[in-house]
Amino acid sequence: MCKTLSLGIANFVLEPAALNRQATMLYLQDVKKSYTEPDGSALPILDIPKFHLAVGEQAAMLGRSGCGKTTLLHVIAGISRPDSGVVRVAGRDITTLSEVGCDRWRAEKIGYVFQTFNLLSGFSALENVMLGMAFARIAQAEKRARDLLDHVGLSHRLQHKPAALSVGEQQRVAVARALAKHPKLLLADEPTANVDPANQQHIVDLIRDTCREREVTLLMVTHAREIAEQFEKVVRLEDVNQVSEQTTAS
Amino acid sequence: MNFWKIAWRSIQQRALASSLTSFSMALGVMLVVCVLVVYNLVSVSFRNNASLGYNMIVAAKGGPLQVVLNTVFYLSSPVENIPYDYYLEFKDAETRAAAFGEDNSDGQRDGKFAAFSKIAIPVCLGDYFHRFRVVGTTPELFDDLRFGPEADRQYAFAEGRNFVTKSAEHGYFEAVVGSIVAAEVGVRVGDEIAPSHGAPDGHGHEQKFTIVGVLAPSGTPNDRGVFINMEGFYLMADHAKPVKKDASNGESESAPAAAKGHDEHADHDHAHDHDHHHHGELKPLPIEEREVTAILLRTISPLVTPGLKNMINEGNQAQGVLPVQEIYTLFDLFIKPVQTVLLVLTAMICVTSGISILVSIYNSMNDRRQDIAIMRALGAGRSTVMAIVLAEAAILALGGGGLGWLAGHGIIALAGPTIEQQTGVLLRFFDFTSAELLLIPALMLLAVVVGLLPAFSAYRTDVARSL
Repeated sequence: MCKTLSLGIANFVLEPAALNRQATMLYLQDVKKSYTEPDGSALPILDIPKFHLAVGEQAAMLGRSGCGKTTLLHVIAGISRPDSGVVRVAGRDITTLSEVGCDRWRAEKIGYVFQTFNLLSGFSALENVMLGMAFARIAQAEKRARDLLDHVGLSHRLQHKPAALSVGEQQRVAVARALAKHPKLLLADEPTANVDPANQQHIVDLIRDTCREREVTLLMVTHAREIAEQFEKVVRLEDVNQVSEQTTAS
Repeated sequence: MNFWKIAWRSIQQRALASSLTSFSMALGVMLVVCVLVVYNLVSVSFRNNASLGYNMIVAAKGGPLQVVLNTVFYLSSPVENIPYDYYLEFKDAETRAAAFGEDNSDGQRDGKFAAFSKIAIPVCLGDYFHRFRVVGTTPELFDDLRFGPEADRQYAFAEGRNFVTKSAEHGYFEAVVGSIVAAEVGVRVGDEIAPSHGAPDGHGHEQKFTIVGVLAPSGTPNDRGVFINMEGFYLMADHAKPVKKDASNGESESAPAAAKGHDEHADHDHAHDHDHHHHGELKPLPIEEREVTAILLRTISPLVTPGLKNMINEGNQAQGVLPVQEIYTLFDLFIKPVQTVLLVLTAMICVTSGISILVSIYNSMNDRRQDIAIMRALGAGRSTVMAIVLAEAAILALGGGGLGWLAGHGIIALAGPTIEQQTGVLLRFFDFTSAELLLIPALMLLAVVVGLLPAFSAYRTDVARSL
């Protein structure tokens, strides 16, 4: 058993008293989220008393399918609103922001890499990366997009549409898009799930190295233990999510 | 990358559907442009026709609209005639003396309406040249009459000159043809024409007239007229008014027919003609054998027109008709409603095209929901994705509209020469009507309206669920 996996809930539920908020990139407190079932009853998904990531920290989050990993990322990104609790990203509680403010915060501070890449099929690789910056109103977007695509080894595929790219190339474009706007926090939702094994490690290395170079805090959700084991910090969602605990206990 | 470019990419993704919806909008706008231009053309043409250079028509009593149709537009069947000496009542003593003779008391006074008349031009109708009306008149029609909205345009000649009352070369038998007549029949200066009597297929007169001038297009019904010297008109067979002769001369009634409604008098004898035709030197027809179909009158001032009209109408010989009033009545009664219906129909075509844009975009929303969710996840606000969809509708509507505008004006430019020939109104590619300026805000409004539903659908996209 990997040492990191032995890290239990205690590692995350305890916020050090002297925690410097400036050094904390992500801080969750009493975050609850539930969905409404067709019969009108509430289905609890998340109940996280405390969770945090320091600036520049890289963490892998493990969890079984359906335990709320994507929902948690959506809540952190401000895509979904929690029912209650504090979600502080880069020093700002995004639950207190208006929807417009939250969109702007997400555009400027958060990068997102999706499991299915989610590239826009009508746009070239270059345009997809530029699109990531368009909503953050970043200047010189094209130059930056070209540099990033060059960095991920796709300088020769700038004008190709996603359909003309291999799966590995598509994911590299997605990584470039997520990092193009210089986010403070990168959320990666099983970025290697649809990539062939030969490319999986390359994608992970690319994400981790780029985040390290740019001092971007990384939270990567994965179900691949061998990938999680490479991170200094590994979180089992079941350990921080009391809903999962209850489910597991039952 | 702005949202216009994002919208354009979305349009490119659905190239076929986008092209078709834009094409339907182009067709709609093309029709609107054509209808607007034709609407304007008809209005201008009517205004030209109402700017005749004369403000009253004096004709036999009857329907005023028929007088206008007959005299102004050369349409409908001829009205009754009025005596020539009635026409002379609009002339001064000098003219009357020349007509009646200086010894005649009628020639020693001004006509009773002369004080109110600035221009009085007689017209004699009834004959045809091919399908076109032959108008017997005096050279004043083209020498003195000024037409157009400012009453400052003189009839111009594309070729030749105006006819004269009597020339050394052609005597009384000179003619001028309108531009459409010349183009359609293919006649030109120097050609001889023989009017047919009473109807386009009536028997042809033996008397020929020499064309001495071809009118330049004027945009008036005169483009469709054949104008012959009135003196020559009277000297043609069947054109003299039957008069009672002295019984002691052994003649009862000579020369039937007159300058009016010849179709009613097609089978009369030609006895009277011989009085004038069998001599070496032709003499003008005596006054008592003359009639005119109408008098085109320009009063000395618009202020005297109503009074003069009443004076004429109080008599039992003629009526005064105000052509502008009748033309506008005609326009309001028949033309305007048709134009309005056409405009409404074409506007509805545009609305239908707009709805097809709505359906096209709305139907694509399901496929695009994930794209919208991705953009939202990348930080695009609800209003941004809404703006992108609206921009898409605007591009389709304005792009289609622009193409339609170009196509509409292209058609008009191609048809320009024919339109000019038929109406005298010159239309070029960049001649647009002020109403077309409304097309831009109308299309913008249409784009917003049709884009609103799919845009709202984009606005409401549940990002978490659609990713």
